[in-house]
Amino acid sequence: MSDAVLEVRDLVKHYVTGRAGFGAPQIVHALEGVSLALRAGETHALVGESGCGKSTLARCIMRLEPATSGTIVVAGRDITHLSGRPLREVRKRVQIVFQDPYSSLNPRRTIAKTIADPLRLYAIGDRKGRRARVEALLRRVGLGAAFMDRLPRDLSGGQRQRVAIARALAVEPQVLICDEPVSALDVSVQAQVINLLKRLQRELGIAYLFISHNLGLVQQIADRISVMYLGRVVELANAAAMRKRPMHPYTEALFAAMPVADPEATTRGRRRIVLSGEVPSAIDLPPGCSFASRCRYRQEICGREPPFKQIEGRLVRCHFAGQLPMNDAG
Amino acid sequence: MSALLEVRDLSVEYRTGAGVLRAVDDLAFTIDRGETIAIVGESGSGKSTAALALLRLLPDPPGRIVAGEIVFAGRNLAALPDDELRDVRGREVAMIFQDPLAALNPIQTIGAQIVEMLRRHRRISALAAEHRAVEMLGLVGMPSPEQMFARYPHQLSGGMRQRAMIGIALMCHPQLLVADEPTSALDVTVQAQVLELLASLKRRLGMALLLITHDLAVVAEIADRVVVMYGGRKVEEGPVRAVFAAPRHPYTMALLDASRIELSAEGYLAEIPEPMPSAPPGVGCSFAPRCPRAVAKCLAAAPALEDAGPERKVACFRAAENVR
Repeated sequence: MSDAVLEVRDLVKHYVTGRAGFGAPQIVHALEGVSLALRAGETHALVGESGCGKSTLARCIMRLEPATSGTIVVAGRDITHLSGRPLREVRKRVQIVFQDPYSSLNPRRTIAKTIADPLRLYAIGDRKGRRARVEALLRRVGLGAAFMDRLPRDLSGGQRQRVAIARALAVEPQVLICDEPVSALDVSVQAQVINLLKRLQRELGIAYLFISHNLGLVQQIADRISVMYLGRVVELANAAAMRKRPMHPYTEALFAAMPVADPEATTRGRRRIVLSGEVPSAIDLPPGCSFASRCRYRQEICGREPPFKQIEGRLVRCHFAGQLPMNDAG
Repeated sequence: MSALLEVRDLSVEYRTGAGVLRAVDDLAFTIDRGETIAIVGESGSGKSTAALALLRLLPDPPGRIVAGEIVFAGRNLAALPDDELRDVRGREVAMIFQDPLAALNPIQTIGAQIVEMLRRHRRISALAAEHRAVEMLGLVGMPSPEQMFARYPHQLSGGMRQRAMIGIALMCHPQLLVADEPTSALDVTVQAQVLELLASLKRRLGMALLLITHDLAVVAEIADRVVVMYGGRKVEEGPVRAVFAAPRHPYTMALLDASRIELSAEGYLAEIPEPMPSAPPGVGCSFAPRCPRAVAKCLAAAPALEDAGPERKVACFRAAENVR
């Protein structure tokens, strides 16, 4: 895809653990060949439960972790093995906002200094120019100049996350990776941060790789959704299409497990699917389809690796893609 | 029939270097036998402080119950001598927490912790206790309970730890289980399992459940009645269906809108403004600084709780107009 601002091809990340103890080292299969493309200005969501590899993917893209194999392409350039100055230049294009604004901001640095840090690192502007730019960034994220000389402890969680966003925007990136950006915030504050991200996307045309475990949120704000399970993307589809009809049994179960704030939901025919068992260990990946052990449609063939089928404009990693009588998620 | 638990005018304060903070202010509610009631609120609402205060588990200092009664099955827990209170805790009222890893003993097996719980409260031989423990591990849905009996907490997944903690809590068949954010740290598919487990155990054992949560979706799934807290006070109370269908307090309305995550025609989510965290507590309604419906009166005095329909209460000067 040529219009992609970020592309990941067959990314594999293995961690080796257990070296310190006795016995053979064990391999954690965090990413098992993930591919995705982020188009300019779109929101692509990555959903899945703990351990599915979604945050590892973010860290690999940011080159905070080296990938075991595979390719990361930013604006047409392979950055998988860059280092030093060329890597720094790339990081200007791809920035990240983390989940916890309490630990991602330095408690001893004022808000102005925190936001000016990337500007100083990239030697953008002089001291006075930077201060003006910080002020503009603060206004852009809905905080005024009054916040410049405050410390993180004077700010609420939502305000801190706005600061983290302003810092990420300082170098004018084309891609912002949002790793659970509202999960640590109170429900009533989440909407403000989400609305800010949406407004910024309209104004600046940034693309978001939006990592979240909150399917309810993601189906509202994403253009496309990739569902991950044990290091693999099991379904990739337009958000609206996926919401209407999930095609992978795991997607179906994820939608069905999501509690809804509506006590009448069950009387309106919403069916609960409670998955049995838990996510298998990423150390001993089961052979064949990794979801088979919890799947209610499991057949003998599922012991074999399922194909990544292209069907109705989406990708589904299931032997029976398109043939299963799925619950609608709505 | 009298209520299983009746909390009357409970106030809890924290004494800090910066002064005295009233975390729970004049809270009152009741729980009937076998009922599930949820206290819902966001950070700082006082919900967890209230839950801890019920069993007098607040660290003192800084926390302290400064007023009120906690009447459980006829006894006031707030005034009970420590040794009698210890007999109530665990046996008649049990509690589970958000983070089982912090609540379980890391150097004791799951089985040993259940046996200890049982033998602390009941005269029972070690062997019989072990039998009961294995039975309980099966009841809370742990696969191969005999093996799980010998495991340490760190060897279990988050969902299994939560099941183990529920098992320990239920060992003496308490009449009331207090659950503080029991599923908030769990993945959504595991959360669904644990909620289902709590609901089925409640039915089988006939106990009452007090659920503390920030998540209205969890309330909708499991509770009969809901108490909404804001800034240490109860602002609304009523049957879950009625409150969700027609909330009367502006905070409940905003919280429900935020939980339903629906975009407006312009493509944005409904939001409520955020106050400064250091905003001084005023004399008025604690929600007034964020309230879209606030009028001058709301800043001058705090509204009292008033009846608002069958089994419903709301604390808002404009409650009569708050219909949508």
